[in-house]
Amino acid sequence: MSGSSSQGSLHALADRWLPKLVLSPTLAASLIFVYGFIAWTGWLSFTESRLMPRYEWAGFVQYQALFENERWWTTAANLGIFGGLFILFCLLVGLLMAVLLDQKIRAEGALRTVYLYPMALSFVVTGTAWKWMLNPDMGLQKVVVDLGFTDFTFDWLVNPDMAIYTVVIAGVWQSSGFVMALFLAGLRGIDDSIIKAAQVDGASLPTIYRRILIPSLRPVFFSVLLILSHIAIKSFDLVMALTGGGPGNSSDVPAIFMYQFAFTRGQLGVGAASAMMMLITIVAVLVPLMYMETRSAKRV
Amino acid sequence: MFKNLTVGRALVYAALLLMAIYYLLPLYVMLTTSFKSLDDIREGNMLALPQLWQGGAWSKAWAEACTGVECNGMQGFFWNSIKMTLPAVAISTLLGAVNGYVVSMWRFKGSDALFTMLLVGCFIPFQVVLLPMAQLLGLLGLANTTAGLVLVHVVYGTAFTTLFFRNFYITVPDELVKAARIDGAGFWTIFLRILLPISGPIFVVCIIWQFTQIWNDFLFGVVFAAGESQPITVALNNLVNTSTGVKEYNVDMAAAIIAALPTLFVYMVAGRYFVRGLTAGAVKG
Amino acid sequence: MAALSINNVCKTYANGTDVLKGINIAIGDGEFLILVGPSGCGKSTLLNMIAGLDDISSGDIAIGNKRVNELSPKDRDIAMVFQSYALYPSMTVRENISFGLEIRKTPRAEIDATVKRVAEMLQITHLLERKPGQMSGGQRQRVAMGRALARNPAIFLFDEPLSNLDAKLRVEMRTEIKLMHQRLKSTIVYVTHDQIEAMTLGDKIAVMKDGIVQQFGSPQDIYDNPANLFVAGFIGSPSMNFIPATVVQSGSDIGVKICDDNGCVVLPLPHDKAKLAAFVGKEVIFGIRPEQITDARTAHRDGLPVMACHIDVIEPTGPDTLVFVSLNNTKVCCRTHPTEAKYPGESMELVFDVSKAVLFDPATEARIV
Repeated sequence: MSGSSSQGSLHALADRWLPKLVLSPTLAASLIFVYGFIAWTGWLSFTESRLMPRYEWAGFVQYQALFENERWWTTAANLGIFGGLFILFCLLVGLLMAVLLDQKIRAEGALRTVYLYPMALSFVVTGTAWKWMLNPDMGLQKVVVDLGFTDFTFDWLVNPDMAIYTVVIAGVWQSSGFVMALFLAGLRGIDDSIIKAAQVDGASLPTIYRRILIPSLRPVFFSVLLILSHIAIKSFDLVMALTGGGPGNSSDVPAIFMYQFAFTRGQLGVGAASAMMMLITIVAVLVPLMYMETRSAKRV
Repeated sequence: MFKNLTVGRALVYAALLLMAIYYLLPLYVMLTTSFKSLDDIREGNMLALPQLWQGGAWSKAWAEACTGVECNGMQGFFWNSIKMTLPAVAISTLLGAVNGYVVSMWRFKGSDALFTMLLVGCFIPFQVVLLPMAQLLGLLGLANTTAGLVLVHVVYGTAFTTLFFRNFYITVPDELVKAARIDGAGFWTIFLRILLPISGPIFVVCIIWQFTQIWNDFLFGVVFAAGESQPITVALNNLVNTSTGVKEYNVDMAAAIIAALPTLFVYMVAGRYFVRGLTAGAVKG
Repeated sequence: MAALSINNVCKTYANGTDVLKGINIAIGDGEFLILVGPSGCGKSTLLNMIAGLDDISSGDIAIGNKRVNELSPKDRDIAMVFQSYALYPSMTVRENISFGLEIRKTPRAEIDATVKRVAEMLQITHLLERKPGQMSGGQRQRVAMGRALARNPAIFLFDEPLSNLDAKLRVEMRTEIKLMHQRLKSTIVYVTHDQIEAMTLGDKIAVMKDGIVQQFGSPQDIYDNPANLFVAGFIGSPSMNFIPATVVQSGSDIGVKICDDNGCVVLPLPHDKAKLAAFVGKEVIFGIRPEQITDARTAHRDGLPVMACHIDVIEPTGPDTLVFVSLNNTKVCCRTHPTEAKYPGESMELVFDVSKAVLFDPATEARIV
């Protein structure tokens, strides 16, 4: 009897400590690889590090170098253009497709599969495919010219003023299906009786969408915005594969800038500073969005 | 109602069909191009079917194409990716399952805060960890190895997998765990006998998500693994952006499809779960 | 089987909220204890603490004279039936019932015999190979009870086990639980928010609110002698009428003044004059149950005060008709014989059985007499 009860308390003790024990490796990893590494990168960004890391405090020299670097501002402008248009078109296309697909469409499953498959691809594959599609000599331009529009030019890929927009085209192609899926799930999640009530009230279908269904997608909208801005700020592989940041630096983005300064040009300090700027940007964009998301989720 | 307006209905279908063409076109072009000869590509129309279907570009992409200095095709890198993806998916999924079980069913003082702390790992731009990680992998002798990449993917993937499992397990009534505790089951017995048997769907979701994420990764691959051990995405990029010699678009396309095949296959087989994974990750992520 | 005693038990959460503030309850071996109260009163927390699923902040819980505060749930010799039934979804009914025995390394033959016995007792033998997902709510409820019975524990704990069932099934299962208790003579702690379940099932009832036991006693005692306004209003359906009234003295009688549109009467109270005297001239709450205001035929007792009241609404329930009148500007429910009830707009003579009426202090809500 006493034996079983002491064994029992041992079990109780194990149940008390096991959960913490089990979680601890992941927590330790998170502390080191996320928080520790951010601190490390942050520290590097305040040193004179170039080819090799150095750890003496040097103040804001790297940030100064970064802000005096014209190429950095090009990447920032490109991120603004790409991010803005990418998010806008993904939202528009995604919402439109979701609403259209919500009309009791035959073969909805097949269409959804088609719209969403790009999401399963690597951005490198997407970039490769669109690089070929947009090839000015043999791609879409030639197709249109062959149709008889001999003056047609579509050379965005090699046009420094337009190259960043090709990234938008490929990015929207890859991600808008995903936005559609989220919006569609949101639409399907709305209580049927709300729609019935609106129909009884005499509202037409467009009115029901405009006034009732789409406004009630607010929480989904914030989630989508969150994910899209995250994708936009981190975007690296797509640009690498599609334009490589070129022609020249015309379609460069911060992620490529960081990669090249840190790993191919031996400018660790500038690389670290640009990485910290990316982190700050993400925090600045995501935190208000998350705040709004939780607020709107509570209200609905 | 749209249902009665046949014109409106037709417009809806037309719009949806147009969109479907937009999404399918690149895949079509990739496929047809990969089966064309170079002359066919140069002279013909991009949208036309191959005049002569040829598989040469495929075998070249697989075994001979140059990805930088090496000219052994994609095959080696395809296996690299497999050797990297399978263990990384397995480890991160199992860790996520156990973590999710703890933070949902065995909450303790501060466990919610710790979970939130973990979640931050889902949101950081990985650029802020690249430099220290490169240093650490060098120190551990794991630089440019598949093992190093597995470590990186496990470390940064576990935040996501924990989130997946946590969101699944909080939908399981915690009375189930209470009942099992009263029946005398301990921490591991409850996990293995009560929760694992009902976790099938979330395992599929999580494995698919991790598989696509890790297989498609480019950033970690290009930074931490060069040359021999690079994953297929990096090799593809090198192949496509190598500027020496004649550009062989058919080989590029075949290589791109080879790189996309595993994730496309998974999507075709388990697309339902793929969508669920994306939305599950998004809803709380 | 074992007795249960709860001594001065408190529960304080990390954020400082007191959920339970000094609970004292003791029941004997084989007694059926009901913890009843509105949601948030702490009854489920208390049950979880008895089970060992929640920690005890202070105080002691003893099962069969053995202090169990530090024991883990599996070592307390208890079994529990949950509101959601909490059947293991991946296991068949047989596996669900035998799981606890298996964990305790009971010999296989004994497990099989127990499963057979329990299944026969609950008439679920035909369900043994099914999974919980393939059964109705009532069947799952039986399996959940079977899982608890198989363990043959010192104490059974029930956490609102019937609240997920539809009304008809709930009444059926209520009777079965009572039959089971009568047959097995087991000690049971049963949490519910339904006062009818509390009245019908319990040997002892603890009425709880805000982490405090408001009253602990037998069902009839709690019904007849509620300790305060809350208990009086919570137990009984339709609930007790609470009429604000002034205590007046007329001659040697002390009574309460009740008015409607037609005028006022004084209902003399047969209670302890000494206690009442202190409240003469003061406002009190006059509590009287619906069956204590009735028609003359049902009352069939002489000498009770009668008042002609104007009827607002009637609700026939079948065996009785509830007649609603307005007294001291308060809606009052009276239970009358269906053939005696008049119609809205008419006036009806109502007999007040004041012998069981109670008075409460409006400020403290405590019972006066």
